[in-house]
Formats: sequence, C-alpha cells, structure tokens
Amino acid sequence: MRNSARAWSRLVHPAVVIVLAAVVIGIPLWLALVTSAKSQGEANLPDLSLPRVWHLWDNYSQAFSQGHMLWALFGSLLVMVPSVAGVLIFGSLASWVLARRTGRVMAVLYSAAISGIILPPAVVTIVLLLRQLHLASTPTGMVLVYMGMYMSLVIFFVTGFVRTIPVEVEEAARMDGARPLGIFIKVVLPLLRPVIATATILICLYIWNDVFYAFFVLGGGTYSTLPLNLYSVASSNLYQNNWNLVFAYVVLMSLPLIVVFVVAQRRIISGITGGAVK
Amino acid sequence: MIPSLSAASGRSPRRAVLYPSSFLAPAFAVLAVFFFLPTVFNFVYAFTDWSAFHDDIRPVGLANVKAVLSNGALLSSLRITIVYAVLVAIMQTGFGLGLALLLERDTRINRFARVVFFIPVLMSALAVGYTFQALLKPDGPLNGLLGALIGQQVTIPWLGSTTWTVVTVAFVNSWKWMGLAMVIFLAGLKTIPADVLEAARIDGAGRWRTFRSIRFPLIAPAVTFNVATALLGSFNGFDTILATTGGGPAQQTEVLDIYIFRVYGNGLFAQATTMSLALLLLVALLAFPVIGYLRKRERVL
Repeated sequence: MRNSARAWSRLVHPAVVIVLAAVVIGIPLWLALVTSAKSQGEANLPDLSLPRVWHLWDNYSQAFSQGHMLWALFGSLLVMVPSVAGVLIFGSLASWVLARRTGRVMAVLYSAAISGIILPPAVVTIVLLLRQLHLASTPTGMVLVYMGMYMSLVIFFVTGFVRTIPVEVEEAARMDGARPLGIFIKVVLPLLRPVIATATILICLYIWNDVFYAFFVLGGGTYSTLPLNLYSVASSNLYQNNWNLVFAYVVLMSLPLIVVFVVAQRRIISGITGGAVK
Repeated sequence: MIPSLSAASGRSPRRAVLYPSSFLAPAFAVLAVFFFLPTVFNFVYAFTDWSAFHDDIRPVGLANVKAVLSNGALLSSLRITIVYAVLVAIMQTGFGLGLALLLERDTRINRFARVVFFIPVLMSALAVGYTFQALLKPDGPLNGLLGALIGQQVTIPWLGSTTWTVVTVAFVNSWKWMGLAMVIFLAGLKTIPADVLEAARIDGAGRWRTFRSIRFPLIAPAVTFNVATALLGSFNGFDTILATTGGGPAQQTEVLDIYIFRVYGNGLFAQATTMSLALLLLVALLAFPVIGYLRKRERVL
C-alpha cells in the first residue's frame, strides 16, 4: 500500500501529467506551428509532420504584410489601452462611493451598475447609437463601447474589495485635511492593487481577443484589430486554401501574449485569482 | 474630537460629503449611454423595419418576431444556444476541476503543466477555432492518430454531423477556457485548511470520501464562479463557433450571436435586433435563477 502510493507520486503521476499535457495541449499547438512553416501545397491538408521544405520566413513575412499586422497591432493597442485605463479609473472611483455609502438609492444604483455582468450588450443597436453620435467605425466609439461593457465587472470586483478595507485607514488622511479625491488617490487606490490587477488581466484578455463587438463597431472602417485581420485572412482561406498563412498569423498573434505570460506567470495567475475567489 | 465616522448612518449628509455623488457620474454616464441606452433601443428597433435597404425606419409591430418564428430561426437558435452553454459549463468546469486535482501538489512538473494548460486561455478563440478546424477534418490529424491507434482508417466527421457537432464545438471552447477554471479551482483548493484534511485522514476517510464530503463542498464558491462565467460566456458564444463551423453544418451550431452576425451582414438589421432582444430575455430569464440557486447551495454547505 505504502509502496504503491510512493510509486504513484514519484513515477506514474508525473508521467500522466506529461502525457496529458503533450497530447491535449501539445498536439493542437504543434499542428499550428508546423503548418505555419509549410508551403501552401503541403499545408493544403494540415498534418502533424515536419515541413519537407521550410517556408517559415516566407509565410511569416507574407502573413505580416498581407494581414497588415503592424496596423492591426496599433489598432488593438489603440482600443485596448484607453478602454482598460478608463474603465478602471471611472469604475473604481464609483465603486469607492458605492461601497462606503449605504441606503436604498445606493443599493439600487449598485444593482443597476452590476447588471451588465449578466446582461449581454445590445450589439446591433450599439451600432445605431454610434452612427447617431458620429462615432461609428472609430476607435473612440470602440473604447466607449468596451468601457460600457466592462464597467459592471470592474464595479462588481472593486466594490466587493473596498468593503473589506477598514474605513479607519481613510480617517488618518482625513484628519490631515485631505479632500475626498486626495484620499481616494493617495490612500484607497494603492490598496486596490490586487483587485485592479485581476480586472486588468481579465479585461485585457477579453478585449485583445474580441472579434464579435469589434466586427460590429469597427467593421468596414479604417481601423482594425489583430483578431479582425485574422478573420479576414482566414476568410480568404475559403478561396485560396492558405492554411500556412492562417497559422503563421495565429502564431505571430499569440506569441507575444504567451511570452509575457511565461515570464510573468506567477504574478498573472495570483493576479487573476486574487480578486476572483474570496 | 471628531465623532466616530463608522457610527454615523450611511444616509447622513456627512457621508455624502466624504464620498461625493459626483464620483459616480463618469461611470454611470458611460453605463447609461453605451450600455443601457442601446438595451432600451433593443426593445424599440426590434419592432421596426430598420435595414440596409432603405433610409427610413418605420414601426412594423410584431412582423420581425413572426418572421423569425415562422422560419424556425428563433426557436432553433435558442435551443442550440442553451444546449451549447450547458455543455460548455459542464465540460469546462469538469475539465478545470480534474486538472486542478491532478496538478494540485506543488511539484516542478505540475507547475510547468499548469503553465502549459493556461496557454489556450491567452490565445484568441478564433486562433483556437482554426487550429481545431484543421485538426478535426475527416482526413485530418486526429482521425489519422486514431486510425494509427486502432489499425484501421477512421473518418469521423467531427465538425460535419448535424447532431454531434455542437458537442465538438462546446468541447473546443471548453478546451480553450479550462485553464482558467483550473486556476480558479487551484486557488479554491488552497483555501482549505490543512487541519480539516488531517482530521478527515485520522477519521479514516479515503481519497474519494475526503473529496466528496470535504473538499468539494468547501470549493463551492469556485464552482459557482466557474459555472456562472461559463454559462454567461457561452450564451454569448461566438468566436469559437465562427472559426470551427461558422454555424454549420445545416445551421446546427448557429447560436444566437452567430445568427445575429449573419443576418446583420445581410443588412437585415431589425431581425438581428430581434434576435439580440431574444438573447437578452433568455439570459435575464435563465441566468438570475441559476446564479441564485448556486449561491443558495453555497450557503447551505
């Protein structure tokens, strides 16, 4: 009994883990990787074999230029950075007040504010609204739509977190004569770091990879994002069967995030769970 | 001496000075204009003839609702959306829990495997979808591997069955997100005090008994979080389906968001709005009771 338990933890368990990771995650990623280095003819029917002739550089440079990657990268950053910054600043400011004041009005406001966690955004009429505001197909419109979509998530996370911070920490600053905004920035905001990290990581992931809302808001305009361009590269796949380019694009687009993650994985994982599970 | 603030009533004017209502204004302005206003529009424009084909928008009553009812799109999309969301919630939570239990101990191999299983979470769902579209072709690598294993040719149409493809697509989406569920379960498992587990061991509880009676109930908040986010996320399921099947075969994986996308692309904006309204009502009707139920179960335990 004892020996078998030890054999399990020393030999069988690690073997199971490695085989599972290699099969479940390794095979799909390997398929994307090898196909991205094949010639168009060889990639026509994707398989797991190594390329007979390596077309790595050709494919990647073609995906880079044909998929307008730099422009899409710029577009992705242009909508993600202000959306995340805006929703976190406005959201945590409001959360502080919602957490500290009580009464029926605040309870109603809080419920309304977090209803967006559950209710799906009205994506079609958002387009209509943006047209009326002359914001259709603009990064500004996209930023405001993302802020509206993720405000609820921020308010839900941050309000819950603020309630765990004792009021006393604010009182010292208040006695020194600090005004509310000063207290918020100097005392409260630094304490919110864990929950802001959680919200930042999750919202960045959602926005960076979003294609549905970006299609409705930015579609047909000058600006694009990485997933939108991947979709157009892959849609032309229907006519040209260029799996090699699709996967070159997939690898190029995924690599930066994966590198960031592998480097900072401890902080990212503890960041995600820090604010999510009480 | 300043009177104790924590004793002051929340509704006292003092609180309103310390925590000014004006701080609520920017967040609620954004919410009002870019979230609630479009939602209100949803209830209006679903009953008009708004389309790409003419400039004026006129009310048409229930014509759109009748149209999506009579061509079967509404009920079929609703059914597929619910089936898809439930499948994803079950698979994603199950896979995540399995992985968390497998990789719970803090060994070097487990830490490495956690990173590996988290990689799909970072990838765009479109990228994941295209990868699986290639992997699951009838003459593709997965059938090739299965064929090599059993020694005869396998040509399962993973993405071509009108009955089972919705399961495959739900699996692909769960594959993409199971790393996140795993991380949340790992955090939940960590909060279980060691002495509780020790007491169970002394009482002679085996692995399974300890899991059933102690660990699983104690990670109820993580289950709630995972099931709720998986359900809500896949009521809005889009990217994975777009990249694997595009809604096919024979529209048997056409969830509401795919329908909205397709019909909007055809210029039938009002019909797309009608389906968007259907999605809103579906979520409002289903999500609140589900979350309420999960919450209540958490408190009982």
